[in-house]
Formats: sequence, C-alpha cells, structure tokens
Amino acid sequence: MKIQKILSLGVLSAAMIAGVANAEVRDIRIGVDVPYEPMEYRTPEGELTGFDIELGNALCAEIGIQCEWVVQGWDGIIPGLQARKYDAIMSSMTINEQRREQVLFSDPYITPPSAWFAPADSEITTPDAESLEGKSIGVQRGTLQDNYVTDLYGDVADVNRYATADDMVLDMDAGRLDIVFLDFPIGKSTLLDSEAGNYKTVGEKISEPVKYFGEGFGIAFRQRDEELAQAFNEALATLKDNGTYEEIETKYFGE
Amino acid sequence: MDALMNWLEAQLADNSIFTLQTLSYYGDGLVTTVQLVFMSLIIGLVMAIPLAIGRGSKKAWIRLPIFFYCYVFRGTPLLVQLYLIYYGVVFIEGIQDTWLWVILEKPFVPALIAFTLNTGAYTTEIFRGAIKSTPRGEIEAARAYGMSWGLMLRRIVLPSAFRRALPAYGNEVIFMLHASAIASVVTIMDLTGAARFVYARFYAPFDAFLFVAAIYLCLTFSIIYFFRHLEKRLLAHLKPASG
Amino acid sequence: MIDLHGYGPRLFEGALITVELAVLSLLLAVVLGLATATAKMSRHWWLHRLGTLYTTLIRGVPDLVLMMLLFFGGQIGINMFTDWLYYQFDVDIFINVNEFVAGVGTIGLIFGAYMGETFRGAFLAVDSGQIEAGRAYGMSHWLVFRRIRFPQMMRHALPGLSNNWMVLLKTTALVSVIGLSDMVRVAAEASKATREPFTFMIIVAVIYLLIASVSEWGFARLQKRYDIGYGEAD
Repeated sequence: MKIQKILSLGVLSAAMIAGVANAEVRDIRIGVDVPYEPMEYRTPEGELTGFDIELGNALCAEIGIQCEWVVQGWDGIIPGLQARKYDAIMSSMTINEQRREQVLFSDPYITPPSAWFAPADSEITTPDAESLEGKSIGVQRGTLQDNYVTDLYGDVADVNRYATADDMVLDMDAGRLDIVFLDFPIGKSTLLDSEAGNYKTVGEKISEPVKYFGEGFGIAFRQRDEELAQAFNEALATLKDNGTYEEIETKYFGE
Repeated sequence: MDALMNWLEAQLADNSIFTLQTLSYYGDGLVTTVQLVFMSLIIGLVMAIPLAIGRGSKKAWIRLPIFFYCYVFRGTPLLVQLYLIYYGVVFIEGIQDTWLWVILEKPFVPALIAFTLNTGAYTTEIFRGAIKSTPRGEIEAARAYGMSWGLMLRRIVLPSAFRRALPAYGNEVIFMLHASAIASVVTIMDLTGAARFVYARFYAPFDAFLFVAAIYLCLTFSIIYFFRHLEKRLLAHLKPASG
Repeated sequence: MIDLHGYGPRLFEGALITVELAVLSLLLAVVLGLATATAKMSRHWWLHRLGTLYTTLIRGVPDLVLMMLLFFGGQIGINMFTDWLYYQFDVDIFINVNEFVAGVGTIGLIFGAYMGETFRGAFLAVDSGQIEAGRAYGMSHWLVFRRIRFPQMMRHALPGLSNNWMVLLKTTALVSVIGLSDMVRVAAEASKATREPFTFMIIVAVIYLLIASVSEWGFARLQKRYDIGYGEAD
C-alpha cells in the first residue's frame, strides 16, 4: 500500500491531503501542447480537438476512466509530467532514446513522417547539404526535426529555432525562412491546406534513420506507472481491431 | 592548438552534454551577445548626446518629441519593443521588395534596432541629469572667458557631465547585457539562445542555465571592473595637483 | 474603434495578471530586501557574506536566465526530491508550482537583491544621532526601529523603491516567455492569430505606460508624506 500525499503550494497557503491509492488504474489528466494542427488544436470556440485528443478520449473510454486535458507549453511538458501536473502526455511526442531516459512510452500509436515545406516559388528541389547551404531553415526547438536538421545541416545552413509551430509559420509568411522541416501532417494542415497554393512540400517524406525519427508517436507516462501504460497499450490494440482507430485516422488525415 | 583541442576532447569524453559541439554553440552565442550589446551601446551613446542636449532645449518642438521618445521607451518593456519591431516591420507594405528587407530579414538587425532605441532613451536621461547638474560656476567661468555656446558645450559642459554620468552609465551597460537575453525570443542564438537549445535537447536545465549564468556573471564582473578602472582614472584628473 | 477580434476580455485578464504579479512580487521583494539589508549590516560575518553572495549572484545574471533556471530547473529539482522520497520511503508527495507562483517567486527573488541595496543605503543614511537620541530616551531596540529608523529610512528609500518598481513592472513581461498568460503573451498570441501585431502590441505598450504613470503619481504623493518635517531645501 502506498501512502499518497498531495501537497500543493499556493501563494501563502499549503494544503495537505492524505489519501490511499491502490494499483488500480484511476482517472487521469493528460498533458498536451496546442496548437499543432491537426494533431491537437482548438476550435474557434476554444474547444480542444484533433487526432490525439479524439484518440485519447477513445482510449480512456475503452479503459473505462475519465480523462481531463491539461494544456502545457512544449518546453516544460516533460518536467510537468514528472511534477504530476498531469499523468500522461499525448502530444505528438516521438519515442526516442533521450526521452526514454525520462519517461515511459506506450506502444507507438501513429508513425507520421517528417517533410520539408517551402514557399511555392522556392528553387530548392532536393534538400541536401548543397542546396540548403546558406538557407534559413525553421524548426521547432527541442523536436526531433531540430535534432535532425542541427546534426545534418547545422554547419552549412542557418537554423532558426522556434518555441511553437505557429511562430515558425508567421516568420515563413514574412519571408524570413527559406524552408521549414515539420511533421508531415502538421505542415500539410497549417501550410498546404490553409494557404492553398502558397506552399509546397520539397523532396520525399522522411522517416529514417530511427536514431532521429524514432518509432513513431507514443503516449508518455512516469516511469513508475507501468500498469497505466499497459492499460493504454491494451486499449490501443482493441481500438485498432474494432475499427475505431481507422475511423479517427480517416477523419483527420483523409484517404 | 591541436594539443589543446585533444586535451579538451579528452576532458569532455565522458560528458554527454558539454561536447565540443554544444560548447561551440555557447562560443558563438557569446560572440553574438557581445556584438549585439556592444553595437547597440555604441550607437545608442552617439544618439544620446545630441538628444540629451536637445532634451534641455527651451524650444518645445525640440524638447517635447525627445521627452516623448524617452518616456515611451523607458516606460514599456523591451520585449514589447522587440516584438513590435521584429513582427511589425514585416507588415510595412511592400518592404519585402526593397533593399531594406535584406537587412531586416534576419532577426539580428531588428533586435539591434530595438536594443539601440531602448538604451538610447535611458542614456539620454542619464546624460540629461548629468548636464543639468553642471555646477553654475563652471558655466559662468566659461561665459566670462567669452566662450561661444558650442565651445562651452564641447570644452566644459560635456566633459564634466560625462564624468558625472559614468557610474550610472556603467549600470546601464550591465542592464543592457542582461536585457539582451531576450534576443533568443526572436530565434537569435545568443548566449541564452544557446542555453535554451541545450536545455531543450538534453532536458538538462541545471547544466544548460547554470553554465550560461556563470558566463554572464564573468561578463558582468568584467564590465564592473572596467568602469571602476575608468572612474579611477577620470577621478585622478579631477584631483587637485597638490594631492 | 479598434477591432480586437474578440481578444479584448483576454487582454484585460492578462493586464490584471500583470498587475497582480507585479504587486505580489514587489511585496516579496520588499520583505527579502529588508532581510538582506539587515543581513548585510549584521555583525555576524556569515550573515553578511550570505547577503553579499545573494545580491552579487542575482545582479550578475540576466533576469530571463534566472527565470528559466528557477522555472524549469526548480520544478525538476523538486521532482528529484519527491522521486527520491518515493523510491526511498514509499512516500508519494506531489508539489506543483504553478506558473503564477513561480513567476512571483522568481521576480520577488530577483528584485529582493536590488531592494536589499536600496534599503541598506537608506538605513545608512539615517542620522545616527537620532538613533542615539532614541536610545537616550530609553526606547527599546524595536521601538527605535519602528519609530525612528524605519520611517526615516523610507524617506531615503522611496526614490530607489519607485525606480525598482518601474523596472520590476517591465520585467513581468518576461514571464510571457515562460508561459504565463500575462498581457504580453495574450497580445503575442493575438498578433499571430490575427496577423496584426501593431494593434495588440501598441495597446499593451499603452497599458504599461498608464500603469507606470499612475504609480509615478502615487510615489510622488508617498514621498510628500514621508518628507513631512523636511523643508523644500532638502
């Protein structure tokens, strides 16, 4: 039996609540960084939606628990998990070795490739060290795209790192960036579909090597919460079998 | 040099965060920070001298615009000024097609403009205070010698005002160094930008930020030392010959 | 009228957060500043050293770096501690420092160092003859502090205090970088969504100027109050 104490620090007050928790999976909170269309974003009315949100809710329903979404900036999303601001992260987080040292991942629930996006009139055709020389590349700070671009082209190109994908799109609109490297579904939704004709993908979609691109997106838990991860893995398998997963996938990515 | 690099590499061998590569980010960041701060201080200083003189003018059309400029730039956060200039310039109709865009495209110049305007406003106020407190006797003596307004300004008022402004200006230099940390918000890889990059890549806030804090601390102490030295020398000038 | 695209209420909320954050940070900074000033004037060398170390370290490092260190690092430090408790003693404690508390804590800590210098100078400026006179009247140490040293000190400290407040007010803008929804962050988000950075940033700038002007007026009145008994000449 574990003794669970919850201590929350207020400005002047500190409250202590003592309770008893058991190994049974309980209602949880899930951390997410928005907007990252179409994975997670807000409708104009302010409601959270997207592939992650809908799949997450379906998973929680399958397990039979209540899930509450907590919005958290990307910079602090792993510390926030460890601080127990929420119990899981479902926010397009790629499974990789560095993160595995910090958190426990579920099985991958989707494996989207990354892709290069550039203005429609861009002269870059195949992004490589030669064609990217001296160009301004945009990436979101601390993402696998950042690691990939930094290691491969950091020496020849000018890498601009942004806190959010939104900042990056704004600077691309302004003409400050020659090309950006993004998760393909996000680039498709924010650049290709929303500003039809202004942008194009450049080169092939990229999902190799595994060192950078990992094994896909996973749900992150605290390392000790193995039962919780197990419950999500089982629920994911069920949803894939009964067609619910495919339904949500089609809704957000088409095809 | 090779021996030094080999030694450094050996020292860093079992350190996964402070590799030669990340250290080079900090190195480049240091250069960027120093460039940004030094250039904005120099331009701001050059701007501030005529502005400080004009700030005390009897003509309202000279005095009021300068007052307004100082009031706005000292009364609002530098971050807001930076956002306004960085994102604002983009929305000037057709700017992308002019030669100006070549320099405004990169974040360095918009940041430099914001920093310069900011430090210019503070420096103007510092100099104005120093000019205002010029001892009456010095001015009367200059008048008695038949000096013109320009000559008096150049030979008497400004040199003595500079000396009085020195301690306050030293603080402004340190303030500017610290304020420059926000350059990382508009993707500039200054010292803080390098630290944020290392933090995001390795989830190591202590390593990333303590290291950069130590560098800033060294820079701050160098500035303090420099200004103390300068003050000592200038005070020596002021001392009577007899000691 | 200016079109705020429906961001008006959120901008107003953001402005309230900015003001709350600034006022609470100021309170914390004043408390820390008084403690630091006392420590630095203490006869115990280690208290003196501690005070000096605090002011030197804080004033040597940019606010933003300190904020990130305390904000990202502080949480991880607390997590390490609670994880250690969990694995060692099976005690699961949850300490959540929200953005607002962290903001107040960090800005208070930073400006405590500046306040310490202001208060120290002001305490030293109080005429020692007056303190001796108080003692001669048989006043206790505490009474001398309350009736003579503190009110007199405030008179000397006010210009520095008002100066620190103005800088602190502008420093609150930095919390937007860390993720607190103050008015700068709301304005930045609105600018990106509506592609009208000028509108929102200028509104924010005007609000800052308004707050600064009001507080300038307030401090001038306060100074008048504490200057009672001193002629124009002083």
